[in-house]
Amino acid sequence: MDGTFLTASDDLQGRVIGILAAQALREPSGLTLDMTLDGLGIDSLGMAEIIFAIEEEFDVMVPFNANESDAGAETLDLRTVGSVCAAVEQLLRSRRG
Amino acid sequence: MGRRVAITGAGTVNALGPDVTTTWAALAAGRVAIGPMDFEEIDRLTVRIGAQIKDWDGAAHFARQEMALYDRAVQFACEAGRQAVAQAGLDLSDEETLRAGVVMGTGVGGQTTMDDSYRAVHAQGKNRVHPFTIPRLMHSAAASHLAMRHGLKGPAFTVSTACASSNHAMGLAFQMVRSGAAPVMLTGGSDAALCFGGLKAWEGLRVMSPDGCRPFCASRNGMVLGEGAAVFVFEDWERAVNRGATILGEMVGFAMTSDAADIVLPDPDGAVRAMRGALGDAGLNPEDVGYINAHGTATAVNDRSEALAIRTVFDAPPPVSATKSMHGHLLGAAGAVEMLAVLMALGDGVIAPTVGWQREDPEVLGLDVVPNVARRAKVGAALSNAFAFGGMNACLAVRRA
Repeated sequence: MDGTFLTASDDLQGRVIGILAAQALREPSGLTLDMTLDGLGIDSLGMAEIIFAIEEEFDVMVPFNANESDAGAETLDLRTVGSVCAAVEQLLRSRRG
Repeated sequence: MGRRVAITGAGTVNALGPDVTTTWAALAAGRVAIGPMDFEEIDRLTVRIGAQIKDWDGAAHFARQEMALYDRAVQFACEAGRQAVAQAGLDLSDEETLRAGVVMGTGVGGQTTMDDSYRAVHAQGKNRVHPFTIPRLMHSAAASHLAMRHGLKGPAFTVSTACASSNHAMGLAFQMVRSGAAPVMLTGGSDAALCFGGLKAWEGLRVMSPDGCRPFCASRNGMVLGEGAAVFVFEDWERAVNRGATILGEMVGFAMTSDAADIVLPDPDGAVRAMRGALGDAGLNPEDVGYINAHGTATAVNDRSEALAIRTVFDAPPPVSATKSMHGHLLGAAGAVEMLAVLMALGDGVIAPTVGWQREDPEVLGLDVVPNVARRAKVGAALSNAFAFGGMNACLAVRRA
């Protein structure tokens, strides 16, 4: 682990990590960007809850189909904490654009 | 050993057709009934395809007082039951009516009644709903109305095991006739969940396909809902033979198992035990089976798990097809409509195809999924699988009459 710890100053990352941490039953401070959701013990139902929470929190629509989560070709990369944060940033950007 | 059990009547209303003959023709032709849906507030959904029954006119089948009491799912069940009883030509004695009954399956009961009622009180701010909302929406309504309409006064109830509901229902009806508890049972399933609330809930799980149901195909990307009902007459074999009834097939085996593992992910072990159990109950060997109607939802995990389970039970698996690719996933009516495909394979020697299949998936290798085109085959016995959310598995074995 490269130990990229996050600070509360990054609002978006902090909010996303709060959602992931709640689902992983951990403290937000214990999550790093390189951690995988799989490694955090988040299963398919947990994933559905995370998507729901992100959509509610950021008022975006996350294009995610559980049947394609492994392939990830047409959907967002949601495998790690960092990639989920990046995906949400991207969704917010495209919504503003 | 108990009594033998004959299937002497069948009826259906589903997106492929308003009766059995039309449905069989559509299954044999590989016709897909999945397409754009039409109902209130559909523009607020992201998943807008389904196998919807478009030209249904309940008022053409039922009186005004009946329509007030019948949810859409109950209308389908009553019409399917009417067809099945008419085909069987049942003529029950007074004594027989006291022991004859109904077991129906439903996944969600009167979903459109619930949806309309919630819309009225929550969205439209109304202070009252239709006075018959409760008798319309209760899961047992279809069983009750079938019992009333056909004068069946013995055991009558509904089972609800999500997408395995109608297989559980038919399995229990089979056991009742086999044990001698009932001379005749009406059984099957009905569901009508194609409404805004029903679909919105499914969207949340992220397992729905936006573009089609392609079971066992590498390109599959989820399930597509359907709606409708199928109802059968299960009858004591001797009774059926003595009165010269036409026998569509013989129910010979049933097994139900529970994964006891996960509320949405299937465990192949539960499916293996269900199929082996049904074979054992029927006294069949794996090589006796000429066709398997798969649960085949076209989700990534179901098809992978089911293929593994079939390869575990069968050294040389028989043809397997997933007809949900045509009639959609009817939830608690799925197994009942799929029983029509089983009876077609046994009776007509035509195996319905798995439509929408484009390319081999390494994860489901080793299965002959009868891609896209129906096939002629002499089928002596068949299995019908239902592996529901929550690990509720029910497998039926049927033999050619």
